[in-house]
Amino acid sequence: MNQRIPVTELTSSFRGRATEALADGQLRNNFRVAMDSLMQKRADAFPDEQEREGLRELGNHIKARALSRLPDLLEQLEAKLTENGVHVHWAETTEEANRIVHAIIESKQGSQVVKGKSMVSEEMEMNDYLADRDIECLESDMGEYIVQLDGEKPSHIIMPAIHKNRRQVSQLFHSKLGVEATEDVNELIQIGRRTLRKKFLEADVGVSGVNFAIAETGTLLLVENEGNGRMSTTVPPVHVAVTGIEKVVGNLRDVVPLLSLLTRSALGQPITTYVNMISGPRKADELDGPEEVHLVLLDNGRSGAFADAQLRQTLNCIRCGACMNHCPVYTRVGGHTYGEVYPGPIGKIVTPHMVGLDHVPDHPSASSLCGACGEVCPVKIPIPELLQRLRQENVKSPDEPAVVQGGGAKYSWKERALWRMWMALNTRPTLYKCFLWAATRLGKLTPKNLGPWTENHTAPVPAPRSLHDLAKAHLNAGQNRGEQP
Amino acid sequence: MNELFYDAAPNATRVAPARPAPREYPEKPAEVTLFGTCVVDLFFPEAGLDAIRLLEREGIRVHFPQAQSCCGQPAWTSGYVKEARDVARSQLNVLDNGLPVVVPSGSCAGMFRQHYRDVFAEEPATLKRVDDLAARTFELTEFLLHVCKVEWRDLGQPTQIALHTSCSARREMNTHLHARELLAKLDKVERLDHDHESECCGFGGTFSVRMPEVSGAMVLDKTRALRESGAVEMVTADGGCLLNINGSLEKQKQAFRGRHLASFLWQRISGEGEP
Repeated sequence: MNQRIPVTELTSSFRGRATEALADGQLRNNFRVAMDSLMQKRADAFPDEQEREGLRELGNHIKARALSRLPDLLEQLEAKLTENGVHVHWAETTEEANRIVHAIIESKQGSQVVKGKSMVSEEMEMNDYLADRDIECLESDMGEYIVQLDGEKPSHIIMPAIHKNRRQVSQLFHSKLGVEATEDVNELIQIGRRTLRKKFLEADVGVSGVNFAIAETGTLLLVENEGNGRMSTTVPPVHVAVTGIEKVVGNLRDVVPLLSLLTRSALGQPITTYVNMISGPRKADELDGPEEVHLVLLDNGRSGAFADAQLRQTLNCIRCGACMNHCPVYTRVGGHTYGEVYPGPIGKIVTPHMVGLDHVPDHPSASSLCGACGEVCPVKIPIPELLQRLRQENVKSPDEPAVVQGGGAKYSWKERALWRMWMALNTRPTLYKCFLWAATRLGKLTPKNLGPWTENHTAPVPAPRSLHDLAKAHLNAGQNRGEQP
Repeated sequence: MNELFYDAAPNATRVAPARPAPREYPEKPAEVTLFGTCVVDLFFPEAGLDAIRLLEREGIRVHFPQAQSCCGQPAWTSGYVKEARDVARSQLNVLDNGLPVVVPSGSCAGMFRQHYRDVFAEEPATLKRVDDLAARTFELTEFLLHVCKVEWRDLGQPTQIALHTSCSARREMNTHLHARELLAKLDKVERLDHDHESECCGFGGTFSVRMPEVSGAMVLDKTRALRESGAVEMVTADGGCLLNINGSLEKQKQAFRGRHLASFLWQRISGEGEP
């Protein structure tokens, strides 16, 4: 493909990273194959369209209802968890959340942490924070372990290492762990497990995320397929769970349809191998489980999204990743292109609240608004509609109030002037017809180079006569049928 | 499971339906307005004219208000609300004659039916007119199929084609299957499936110029899939996709091309342009 701007000048932007990803044939193939298979699995998991749509409607209602009572539910959750013997902490920023986690580890003189899969901990960049303080934080989810070993970030929220194939993992293990290269997937998993088993026993603290926090019973619910989440939350003497404040739901009944939507939308599974429900530390007469359980509730911009009725819908997300799996943009460029913790369509609407639109100014535009994401979202987040809203916030002029932090990042008076001209043209019929007259007669003079458009297309040449002209002539000729001009 | 609806959220906000419920269709009217769309107006005017011919063949008198221009979508999807609203308002005025509005493009029809409510969200007084227009708006294929209930005789030579359906037809208008049904009425036309048929062609209005790298990869994959179907040509009911796909094919110096469905249908049933 024709590259107008040297890649080196673009690498810090979405477009730059996209250009690099598009040039990586292996990466594109890995994603295409993986996403095609995930789309098929989801389709197979919902054979009955009516049931699926009813369940999505229900999922949307449950989440919207929970969000409408968010402050109350969070208070109820805190009270119930405290009653159950869980320590609850509140963090407004990721820095604060990291400080809390670090203080817990320090109070136990801990130096080794094992972690189950948690996107919020990625949001906090917890591994780096703890490493800087001489605490080793080992990822125990196989995919997370692979990307950690390679010094990368996850490229998908459910399948962190989806961008790598077995050959690449084999080479990684060979070079980093000194094991013999093998492309046998079972053997690769065993290699990872052998390393991790020992770590579970040695760790001072286990960290995990939360899929649903249930207010009524004070239960932390965690789904996983590998058993590492269960090991991380029960073997070490201390368990610290971190979660965004939007994960709270009213009661256990609410979880049943959400869980079914989550696992079926994500991997096409009717249910995951493990569903952990944690409601407190080990009791006096129990044989296992941690002695201490903590929950850190993180805001990190979520209350900002909560404040706007339309943008609040971003908080419906139950982190299934279906929008990524079905997104034609994500499929082609992969998760790292987004440059942030949450990639894909959902990343484009939640990230601005966390880091500000000015940090991700290209995100709202990086979509053809094809609607595939909204179509599959299990809780019916109208992602295209929210992207459009963020585009509006993005081009606001400095004198308009910013609703999203960093709003107005893409404001350009030149672009606004262009749209003003377009508006004048399309609201004044005489002007529009003058434009048609000129365009159709001078069409042949259309320049060959039309900037970004002609990178992928030839320049479109206007027809010699517009439909306005043809229709008028045709309708006049046909016994005065149609409207007189 | 319905018991779980026990207290619906008071603040639950509106959710854009991914697939609108099937609509009820009126009896065939005597007159309609054709909204040509700006892309058809300038680049595929013959397709607009063929749409008029198809409607007239059903005994319908077609109006083409000369004051029409663009539905406002380009500004709307770029985030320019005020500019989109002013253009939308002028179309509301032009189309205010109470006649059914037939649109030869899924995305412009979707703009009328789905998005004008959002465009005028801050103008409650206008919403009544918006709803009225939405109820009167039909995408060409759904109008031919469900309102005109067309029955055709295929006068063309046997041919094999691929059908490209737009995302807006699929997800906003729920009309993506209508073209299939229309084509199925032509007994010498064989429709060949292509890979990733439901995937976006990469146009997305200004997306194609804001993100030319990603958009380019998408249209390249789409054109490859269309060619590999073995069809001799592609037909589509959406002007935007057609502009994107044909522009890319020409850039690639491929002989394969797309055509607006209205032109294809008119040629088959009128016999015009057949050898």
